[in-house]
Amino acid sequence: MSSLITMRLWGMMRKESLQILRDPSSIAIAFVMPVVLLFLFGYGVSLDAKHIPIGIVIEQPDTATQSLAGAFERSEFFRPLHFDAIQSAQQALDERKIEGIVWLRNNFSASLLAGHEAPIGVIINGVDSNQANITQGYIQGTWLAWLEHYAASRGQPLAMPVNLQQRVWFNAALSSQLFLVPGLIAIIMTLIGSLLTAMVVAREWERGTMEALMVTPLRKSELLVGKLAPYFVLGMGGMLFSVALAVWQFGVPLRGSFWLLLVSSALFMLVALAIGLLISIVSKNQFMAGQLAIIVTFLPAFILSGFLFDINSMPGWTQVITYLVPARYFVAIVQTLFLAGDVWPVLLTNMAALFIMLLFFFSLVWRKFRKRLD
Amino acid sequence: MAFRLIFALAIKEFLALLRDKRSRFVIIVPPIVQLLIFSFAATYDINNVPVAIYNEDGGEAARELVSRIEGSPNFQVIAYIDRDSDVAPLIDNREVLLVLHIGQRFSASLIQGTSAPLQAILDGRNSNTAMIAMNYLRSIVLDYNRSWLAAQGKGGSQVSLQTRAWYNENLQSRWFIVPGIVALLTLVVTLLVTALSVAREREEGTFDQLLVTPLRPLEILIGKAIPGIVIGLLEATLIIVLMVILFDIPLRGSIGALYLGIVLFLLSAVGVGLMISAIAATQQQAVLGAFLFLVPAVILSGFSTPIANMPQLVQWLTYLNPLRYFLIIVRGVALEGNSYALLVHQYWPMVVIASITLALAGWLFRRRMF
Repeated sequence: MSSLITMRLWGMMRKESLQILRDPSSIAIAFVMPVVLLFLFGYGVSLDAKHIPIGIVIEQPDTATQSLAGAFERSEFFRPLHFDAIQSAQQALDERKIEGIVWLRNNFSASLLAGHEAPIGVIINGVDSNQANITQGYIQGTWLAWLEHYAASRGQPLAMPVNLQQRVWFNAALSSQLFLVPGLIAIIMTLIGSLLTAMVVAREWERGTMEALMVTPLRKSELLVGKLAPYFVLGMGGMLFSVALAVWQFGVPLRGSFWLLLVSSALFMLVALAIGLLISIVSKNQFMAGQLAIIVTFLPAFILSGFLFDINSMPGWTQVITYLVPARYFVAIVQTLFLAGDVWPVLLTNMAALFIMLLFFFSLVWRKFRKRLD
Repeated sequence: MAFRLIFALAIKEFLALLRDKRSRFVIIVPPIVQLLIFSFAATYDINNVPVAIYNEDGGEAARELVSRIEGSPNFQVIAYIDRDSDVAPLIDNREVLLVLHIGQRFSASLIQGTSAPLQAILDGRNSNTAMIAMNYLRSIVLDYNRSWLAAQGKGGSQVSLQTRAWYNENLQSRWFIVPGIVALLTLVVTLLVTALSVAREREEGTFDQLLVTPLRPLEILIGKAIPGIVIGLLEATLIIVLMVILFDIPLRGSIGALYLGIVLFLLSAVGVGLMISAIAATQQQAVLGAFLFLVPAVILSGFSTPIANMPQLVQWLTYLNPLRYFLIIVRGVALEGNSYALLVHQYWPMVVIASITLALAGWLFRRRMF
């Protein structure tokens, strides 16, 4: 009896695998899409600003203003353009030729020497608020370094009594690539697991081949395992491929254990597959399945998972919603495993959450998937 | 050209579009869901950064600094620790993003007039959050320095930065994201509507019927383009109204300049959509084709991350992307108060893109017909 079951299951899995192998679009989604997405995001999405064009307005050139301008010119963060008057700099800001203005008024050096207030005007294009914040930080940093140097060179008392030093753990250079690429693996696995499964299984409902399967002696459990196993293998293949690209192409360090990454990925993959299957059962046609998969899995994975936007900063009710997004837990796992290492408290809580989601979605699939026609 | 016939075809297209459950779904549901999700959740603003304070100094100066951190709306102090070994678990477990370490000699150094070191340890897993939290902290320390010097009778810091942000004065990321959504959703809806139009008729077999009507291929193409443009215009208007009313985002520039941009953008989008439609044999392929165009178009547009940060090669690629120009127009009119003159360099590339894509769509359309 048991050999019969294994034989049936084996036959079903063989049929499903052949179907995947014969349909080039599934292979393309599993292997071509990760490459395209990783390259697009890895190179296209960067939050690291360098060579920001800024305008420097010096109304009265002398040694003090020259040394400050020199500090900006030496910085790799800026590409300074010089203006004689604030009006022409403001016009350049309006025309989007520069992102900000550093304005040294004509009494700057005189006030500095006399020990009066010598304010420096800074104007920033705030449209992209995040970049504006970063630019502002860089300007402040450059200015502080100059001030320290300037005071020291003149034997003056320290301008800054408290000296703030930063130490950034896990990502010392604050490179956004190291932060984005691991999270991207979660997005790619969501697309493979949910979108691919939802569309392909919906196609079976649409074409009626699912009905053909139902009249076979296969049991419900065998049908489910047989359907999902090949996609699981395909998805894990796509995952391993993405990890290889992340490590060798983008130079992201994998500080945690590879086996933990494999186990947690398998867990997440199963959740994604269950959701994909559920979508296909509910929608039963490819078009709806595709739309639903994008709205229910891809967009939340992109926006609500902490992959790009910080969850702590979202409004309270949005934060509550993020707990329903499986990618949230997996993004936390991959970011930690890649950059920080095997931090057990983070890994265990997030894997437990994924496990609960797995049980929940599989029990839903079990209830909704009936071996009969409605 | 038979305008009456084109008009009749356009009417038929509208009816087909609005009667079909799937098309209605595409036009109505995804835009609303995306507008809400993006507008509320997609924020780079950082507040309530969880912080731990590791204060080894019992002096008044250190207490004053700690109370400034506690009072800042950007930070939320969730732990006070007194051992070195407590730092790593807090950061590793993501309980805090930042640990501020005040050394034993902090107050004493300050009073002696020597440099008082202050150490910030940050979790760099999210590099952007870490950088901005660091900027907030630096501003607090800067203020602290200034008032310390003033209290010591040293006349305050001699030099100060007076920073102002233009166009988005409070640096709210919603002001940046929501105008971008106007562009994004207009593109998505227009593209899907046009991409599906021919493919649907092919799949249902009604395309052949259309071919035997007295309409010429070009006229069919125009008739197919009209619904996309009209729906795109309505959708854009709706989202702009929501943007102003619901999200309190200003509309400072010329509305005419904005609508000129919308029309040019819609023409480019319709051109791309019709190209996809002409190539695709089924609706499935059309949706897949639209998705294949949309994902790179959105990522390489400056919608969420600046084009200037991309590698040079990728930056050149973005010149082919109509969304790139339209995003500048929407943000330029809404926030920067632009009018026609400052947007000329965004208009003409879209004219070029629209001409090329529409011509190509017409050519593909005629070739696929026989």
